[in-house]
Amino acid sequence: MNLVLAKNETGRALSDSFAIARDRLPGTGTVAEARSAAFEAYERVGLPHRRIEDWKYTDLRALMRELLPLAPAPDAAALTRAAAAVKLQAVKGARRLVLVDGVFAPKLSELGGLEKGLTVRSLREVLEAGDAALQTQLFTPDDTNPMVALNSAMMTDGVVIEIGNGIVLKQPLQIIHVASGPAPAAMYTRSLLRLGKDAGATLVESYIAADGAKIYQAHDSLVLAIGDNSRLDHVRLVEDGREAFNISSAVVTLGAHAHFNTFGMTSGAAVSRYQATIVFAGEHSRVETNGVNLLNGRQHADTTLLMDHAVPHCASREVFRAVADDRGHSVFQGRIIVRPDAQKTDAKMMTRALLLSDDAEADNKPELEIFADDVTCGHGATTGALDESLLFYLRARGLSEKEAQALLIQAFVGEAIESIVNDHLRELAIAAAQRWLEARA
Amino acid sequence: MSLLEVKNLKVRVEDNEILHGLTLTVNPGEVHAIMGPNGSGKSTLSHVIAGKPGYEVTDGQILFRGEDLLEMEPDERAAKGVFLAFQYPVEIPGVTTWNFLHTALNAQRKARGESQLTSPEFLKKVRAVAKSLNIPQDMLKRGVNVGFSGGEKKRNEILQMALFEPAVCILDEMDSGLDIDALRIAADGVNALRSPERAMVVITHYQRLLNYIVPDFVHVMSKGRVVKSGGKDLALELEASGYTQFEDAA
Ligand SMILES: Nc1ncnc2c1ncn2[C@@H]1O[C@H](COP(=O)(O)OP(=O)(O)OP(=O)(O)O)[C@@H](O)[C@H]1O
Ligand SMILES: [Mg+2]
Repeated sequence: MNLVLAKNETGRALSDSFAIARDRLPGTGTVAEARSAAFEAYERVGLPHRRIEDWKYTDLRALMRELLPLAPAPDAAALTRAAAAVKLQAVKGARRLVLVDGVFAPKLSELGGLEKGLTVRSLREVLEAGDAALQTQLFTPDDTNPMVALNSAMMTDGVVIEIGNGIVLKQPLQIIHVASGPAPAAMYTRSLLRLGKDAGATLVESYIAADGAKIYQAHDSLVLAIGDNSRLDHVRLVEDGREAFNISSAVVTLGAHAHFNTFGMTSGAAVSRYQATIVFAGEHSRVETNGVNLLNGRQHADTTLLMDHAVPHCASREVFRAVADDRGHSVFQGRIIVRPDAQKTDAKMMTRALLLSDDAEADNKPELEIFADDVTCGHGATTGALDESLLFYLRARGLSEKEAQALLIQAFVGEAIESIVNDHLRELAIAAAQRWLEARA
Repeated sequence: MSLLEVKNLKVRVEDNEILHGLTLTVNPGEVHAIMGPNGSGKSTLSHVIAGKPGYEVTDGQILFRGEDLLEMEPDERAAKGVFLAFQYPVEIPGVTTWNFLHTALNAQRKARGESQLTSPEFLKKVRAVAKSLNIPQDMLKRGVNVGFSGGEKKRNEILQMALFEPAVCILDEMDSGLDIDALRIAADGVNALRSPERAMVVITHYQRLLNYIVPDFVHVMSKGRVVKSGGKDLALELEASGYTQFEDAA
């Protein structure tokens, strides 16, 4: 008997579903082998649970219980529903790249008139084409993390973007993930953006649900490679349906003199986890990573960041704000590693949580592992409620309780949003926060 | 009908009774001054009128145009025209003065069933008011009271009063922290709002303010009660003789 596979019912059901899904997963040869290896890696652990340190606050066995069957490829009706949702969320002036139920939808995407030096392909296309270099890069994410391994095994589609040396894109790119319909299903996507040297781009990722979409699982992962002297501005907005699961990972590597400004906001989904690893591979690079969780009801959102200072003279800033109402639960785990060679590292992390009800919860776990001696590192964390005297001042000026809270919440998350350098992206984040506040009122 | 009637008001904070049966009647068009030693309960009275949580009213009532004010939420009171210029205005980082004023004005207008002011309409209005009070536009861009000097905070309170055009204005030590020129400008702002329909309750320690804002009535508060009321000359008397004569009366 195979002990590994027999360890529980979920495991068995999954092996079957992997076998069933196998035909729909693109890639043969080394790709197929990599998938099988990844699947085995996943199966050794299964859905992560609270006894795994990294998943202490986000026990997927309790929260998610099982993996749903792979979503069928979207039919015409699904695409129509998705198109309606995309219309509401598309960023004006951005190049739309749409994934419906985990499948790239060229009809809903804008692929014409690509700027010089920009290529866009679907993941399926790349995996089927057998481009060894790209495939290696696509399989870089860490398969010791069970959910990343699962994603490696099951990734069905995604967007592969390459931007050549010296190319600074004027038009932002927006990857929109849409869940189209009511049938419970899981989608597995992986996207890659490779930015050459002296290049620049803006990437927006949006996770949304079409009208009527209910319980679904969006499993996503993103690989970003930022070349020397290049700059990437990145915003991700999780506005999934309120019964949805969003388990996403990102692996980012920066060359020398590179700049990565990233902002993530989660206001949707029932349960979400965003785990990002940012690796400084070249000197004199800079990262600002900022995040906001806006939660109510029984929403659970986990942001787990690993900042890996592997080389000297790099700077990182992490600013994270959590707002939790009702029984909302926000988790922030921020780990900073400064490796022995990484002298002159300047790394700071500040997290603040605002609890709007007695049952709301915020867990914060900073970890600093510093192996170099000439560095500036620090972290700070606070948790508290809204200041009563400020609320009263606003109410004495005519604001209702909800309006007064909204203004103070905006101010609270403002600090993280302000750090988005690009004006247009900043407005986008403000609008998403606004939607959450309005839904609450 | 009286605009504001405070009748036999008794107020507790935690286990201490602070107001012990206070009565005050304010009619439209009147300016009342309240003076009294530190800790006599002046700010407590103003907070209870504005609806600040944490005070327990154990007896008496407050009527605004005959309606029970104590039954109303603070924002309802504001929309109906009750305004308190705070002795200690709070700082609200991250909320621009401009956004705060616009949101507040529109919230009050909405509650009264009036149209919402668009940004340009609001801008025009607030600019005119700021100019009349000699408040630089730059202050409107900053966080509410954040890094404002004591005097600037007070000016911001007067700006709000002028903008919201309330029916009854309670000014809690608006003169503290203002320099002589600022005091005159702020007082001019208050006087410009005086009208037959509107009433003012001016809390102050100094007769000087009352040279600028001339009251119809002066009340002396001591230990949670009004112990003496009179005309504007009472303030001059107090300036000369102090409060000791009232300590026993209280
Ligand atoms: N939250 C509170 N807890 C306990 N005591 C309080 C509280 N608020 C006010 N008091 C007390 O109530 C009394 C009246 O205070 P209040 O601020 O109303 O006085 P005031 O007349 O405005 O004084 P001042 O002229 O110094 O501004 C004081 O003795 C004060 O210590
Ligand atoms: Mg006082």
